[in-house]
Amino acid sequence: MTIPVTPQLAGRRRARANGMAMNVLRFIVVVVTTYLGLLAVTFFIGRVIPIDPVLAVLGDRAPASVVERVREEMGLNKPLYVQFYVYVKAALSGDFGTSVLTTNPVLQDIKRAFPATLELATFGTLLGTFIGVPLGVLAAVKRNSFVDQVVRVIGLVGYSVPIFWLGLLALVVFYAKLRWVAFPGRLDVTFEYSFEPMTGLFLFDAIWQRQWDVLWDAFRHIVLPGSLLGYFSLAYISRMTRSFMLNELQQEYIVAARAKGLSETKIIWFHALRNAAVPLVTVIALSYAGLLEGSVLTETIFSWPGIGLYITNSLQNADMNAVLGGTIVIGSVFIGINLFSDLLYRTLDPRTRAR
Amino acid sequence: MSDIVNSPDFSRRAWLLSDRPATRMQARLGRAYTIWSRFAENRLALIGLGIILLLIFLAIFANVLAPYSPVQGDLRNARLMPPNAAHWFGTDDQGRDILSRLVFGSRLTLFVIFLVAIIAAPVGLIIGTVSGYAGGWVDAVLMRITDIFLAFPKLVLALALVAALGPGIENAVLAIAVTSWPPYARIARAETMTFRNSDFISAVKLMGASPFRIVLRHVMPLCLSSLIVRVTLDMAGIILTAAGLGFLGLGAQPPLPEWGAMIASGRRFILDQWWVATVPGIAILIVSLGFNLLGDGLRDALDPKEAGQ
Amino acid sequence: MTMIHTFNKHMRVLTASAAMSVLLMAAPQAFADTPKDTLVEGFAIDDIISMDPGEAFELSAAEITANTYSYLVRLDLNDTSKVVNDLAESYTVSPDGLTYTFKLKPGLKFASGNPITAEDVAWSFERVVKLDKSPAFILTQFGLTGDNVTEKAKATDANTFTFTVDKPYAPSFVLNCLTATVATVVDKKLVLTHIAAVAPTDKYKYDNDFGNGWLKTGYAGSGPFKLREWRANEAVVLERNDNFYGTKTPLKRVIYRHMKESAGQRLALESGDIDVARNLEPGDYVAAGKSATLSTTNAPKGTVYYISLNQKNPNLAKPEVTEAFKYLVDYDAIGETLIKGIGEIHQTFLPKGVLGELDKNPYKLDVAKAKELLAKAGLKDGFTVTMDVRNTQPVTGIAESVQQTLAQVGIKLEIIPGDGKQTLTKYRARTHDMYIGQWGQDYFDPNSNAETFTVNADNSDDGKSKTLAWRNAWDVPKEWTAESKAALLEKDSTKRADMYKDLQQKVLEKSPFVVIFQQTEVAGYKKNLKGFKLGPSFDTNYVSTVSKD
Repeated sequence: MTIPVTPQLAGRRRARANGMAMNVLRFIVVVVTTYLGLLAVTFFIGRVIPIDPVLAVLGDRAPASVVERVREEMGLNKPLYVQFYVYVKAALSGDFGTSVLTTNPVLQDIKRAFPATLELATFGTLLGTFIGVPLGVLAAVKRNSFVDQVVRVIGLVGYSVPIFWLGLLALVVFYAKLRWVAFPGRLDVTFEYSFEPMTGLFLFDAIWQRQWDVLWDAFRHIVLPGSLLGYFSLAYISRMTRSFMLNELQQEYIVAARAKGLSETKIIWFHALRNAAVPLVTVIALSYAGLLEGSVLTETIFSWPGIGLYITNSLQNADMNAVLGGTIVIGSVFIGINLFSDLLYRTLDPRTRAR
Repeated sequence: MSDIVNSPDFSRRAWLLSDRPATRMQARLGRAYTIWSRFAENRLALIGLGIILLLIFLAIFANVLAPYSPVQGDLRNARLMPPNAAHWFGTDDQGRDILSRLVFGSRLTLFVIFLVAIIAAPVGLIIGTVSGYAGGWVDAVLMRITDIFLAFPKLVLALALVAALGPGIENAVLAIAVTSWPPYARIARAETMTFRNSDFISAVKLMGASPFRIVLRHVMPLCLSSLIVRVTLDMAGIILTAAGLGFLGLGAQPPLPEWGAMIASGRRFILDQWWVATVPGIAILIVSLGFNLLGDGLRDALDPKEAGQ
Repeated sequence: MTMIHTFNKHMRVLTASAAMSVLLMAAPQAFADTPKDTLVEGFAIDDIISMDPGEAFELSAAEITANTYSYLVRLDLNDTSKVVNDLAESYTVSPDGLTYTFKLKPGLKFASGNPITAEDVAWSFERVVKLDKSPAFILTQFGLTGDNVTEKAKATDANTFTFTVDKPYAPSFVLNCLTATVATVVDKKLVLTHIAAVAPTDKYKYDNDFGNGWLKTGYAGSGPFKLREWRANEAVVLERNDNFYGTKTPLKRVIYRHMKESAGQRLALESGDIDVARNLEPGDYVAAGKSATLSTTNAPKGTVYYISLNQKNPNLAKPEVTEAFKYLVDYDAIGETLIKGIGEIHQTFLPKGVLGELDKNPYKLDVAKAKELLAKAGLKDGFTVTMDVRNTQPVTGIAESVQQTLAQVGIKLEIIPGDGKQTLTKYRARTHDMYIGQWGQDYFDPNSNAETFTVNADNSDDGKSKTLAWRNAWDVPKEWTAESKAALLEKDSTKRADMYKDLQQKVLEKSPFVVIFQQTEVAGYKKNLKGFKLGPSFDTNYVSTVSKD
């Protein structure tokens, strides 16, 4: 039975379509302005830093004439807004310039450095989530018990411990003394010639190419830095889970469910946690984004060739093309994750939709 | 019975807890007392408070408490000595007493925390409340700015600022503050949006209050409590970020005994002279623990819903 | 019911973790040792910006090119004041001292299989001069320009190369310069297939890049190893060159893994994942020396560390003050602790092992004498001054030590830490007060250091040369500069050495430079390595002689 399309219905449908179009438009405007803002801030920073980028390229011994010539070649004598315009134009067509340090196109450098950090951050977040959430739930359910205190202390220590100190200690114990894990880098030199990475995510590529010994070796390399990051992620996630779960467990519907006779497990995991999942997903997304930012300290200790090291090295040499490229990539991920969690929030929780 | 009722403690307490306060001062004091007694029931929170008070005590009386100078050391004879009777926590690579450096470093730690909180929290609060209350394009613009700072790799921002402003702990603090305020703005905005359409706000609006006054005197105080809690919980992160900057060589100027810088410079000896990096690390751990316990306690005390269960 | 649930949950977690640990422990330990035919070095290689010999100027790149390219002549490892033949079979110097004729060894090949001819040598020189990158001055200082290079550096026949200089320099000077990375020989035929077209400008008059774009990461040499790959911040991979004209290398490949932390390198070395650790700090170096499975080696390098006083600062410009500073460094304590094993106290500007070295360390920490000198200068209450310090070791440690000794005479030193390039930018702009830095020789000849410490042709702010003397606004007495330039032309080696000794003595007494120590490069390595040695310079750290038991 078809619904007759009355003028009112048509009007409402049009309004909804318009509303959606407005939302899409708003979405695009948001994204574009954020990007432009990112770029502008980075550009400004690049010019404010008192490091001579030509110095980084030529080193300390170059005669003054060479320095001047290269400065001209790099376009550094043009006014700031001209440089900005040139940059944005090129970036729109996918050309992020060339790194003055490695002389590769920045995009190529990032394509190699970013997957390393991506793999590490993903490993850490998965670990943090799959251990942190159950721990948080446990702590909330057994509030103020011994288990709760233990979970809280584990979390607090994770908050308060300097990562490079813990990392070095972990290396001494798990690598030097116990030989359980591998170090340095991402893969042993034995596979230097026999392994061709595809996506740059070694664990994934090894599975895809069915090279099981590579998989095992890559795992042994990632497990320690990944666990370290996982621990920090876990500290945060378990704490937030506990907090959200405590909120949920106070609600009246829990009392009602118990009165109805539902099993405790079902109440905790299927009702309370599902409702707590809404803000929790946002928290996990933020934590992931935080890890992705490239933990420079972890990458330094474990000689992990990721984007944190890349950006820091570039910044210390005033290689602004590389810094800009890295910032765009990381900024994109942040924006993407924020938008995704906003979307998820709105989808899952109808209360947030009316605005 | 009448003696108990007429005893001074009882009547003071009754006066504070009276539900018919005669003056605004009495109401405020009463509220403060309620919060304090809730707080004091939580033993862990008291421990946290104790740690922070100890830190402040150390900072104030550092001159008296430290056995040696924190900046002069005996390079030739007393370098990298393990903990012993003369130097309870050993010496560092310039022969300086680590205990003394720890004690004087408490001042710097407090300085960093205090400054970051003073800068980041108010900025975040103002931007968040204004944005949440005003709505419309003001909200859109402010949130865009906040998002840009949020999306920006924190490290790049901090590094760049320190590089641009020059080294030194004040600039490191500024850099950390600049990267810390966006979350506070988001929290304040979220809070503001939950009650901006509520009745009491409408009531004040009806009475003719300007938006400025509404935000300042009605909205902000309500956001204050969750912000305080969040800031306290972030203290640990702030100290560690300062340590991280020190790791990259951009923190306090030598020879300042900033705890993070001590860890950063002590990491070279971690395999053989572990105490140089470990002792300040433990100090940071204890102080962070203190702030976290304090923050948790504050949250439980200020928001009775959470504490009730 | 709840208890059983919780118990089950706990059991599941327990068994899972038990399983994991068993898996980890049972894992094959096969990858603990490095492959038998590969040398793995842990080395901080993040300073490399190019592998093009005409452009590469950093220490790590110099080491790689030395192992992958060939020179006309190389440094004689047994007597560093001499050179030995590499590609050259013999050479002669014309009586007027202006023309050098090299006869190449016949029948030698590049790694690509192309024969090595004098044309390759000439073209290598031509591209260096025309590209005019940082190291080009080593060749252009002999009067070569883009316009005359094809005449001054040319192949007179297939096996003969002539090199004409503009003044009758000391032959030792010219030959020493030819042992620098920039004078290595590239495969002309191979590089020509990789040149990229470039639009000529008034600054760069040529229509192609001479293969610079390709050679940054590519390889066109004839050394014992060939460069397989350079992954920035990650690794450099070398492979045996089967077309090498000399003894084939015992090992099939060499991998330099980028590792920044000394502690990390030490752990990896002790665990067998690397064969050599190159960036050990004193504590880790000593520990490696004590280990039963490791050996250590060291070699002095031509790098001196110094503190300089900017003469633009009126307090520092007083001669009594500059002298006082030389007495306010605790050389002995620093030598015993901060630089133990990685450096030796050395107060003259020529490193040991270089022609004309002067082994005198007259200064010691003397607070009383310094106080006296300061009083003479009218500064008996001291003053405040800043010092720009890179946030690396050992310079930060030395700066902190100096800060304490200066405090004893009332001089308040503020340390301004910064990252390497940042402090360098400030230094080159002459906006510092004091600077603590290092100077490594560009080529193994006394002129490299003499020039930078004693030559300052134009002391104005627009002065073109950025010698250290200029950077510190030191108006070098004209006779000293003249002596330095004259030493360049002195043919008699002994007389030349004496001139440098005299210059060093003068700089010791009256200059704003406080030279503190000479670097010793150290390395820890596994005992099963044979033939591993560090050379007197970074481009003599050969890996071609290393083998494994």
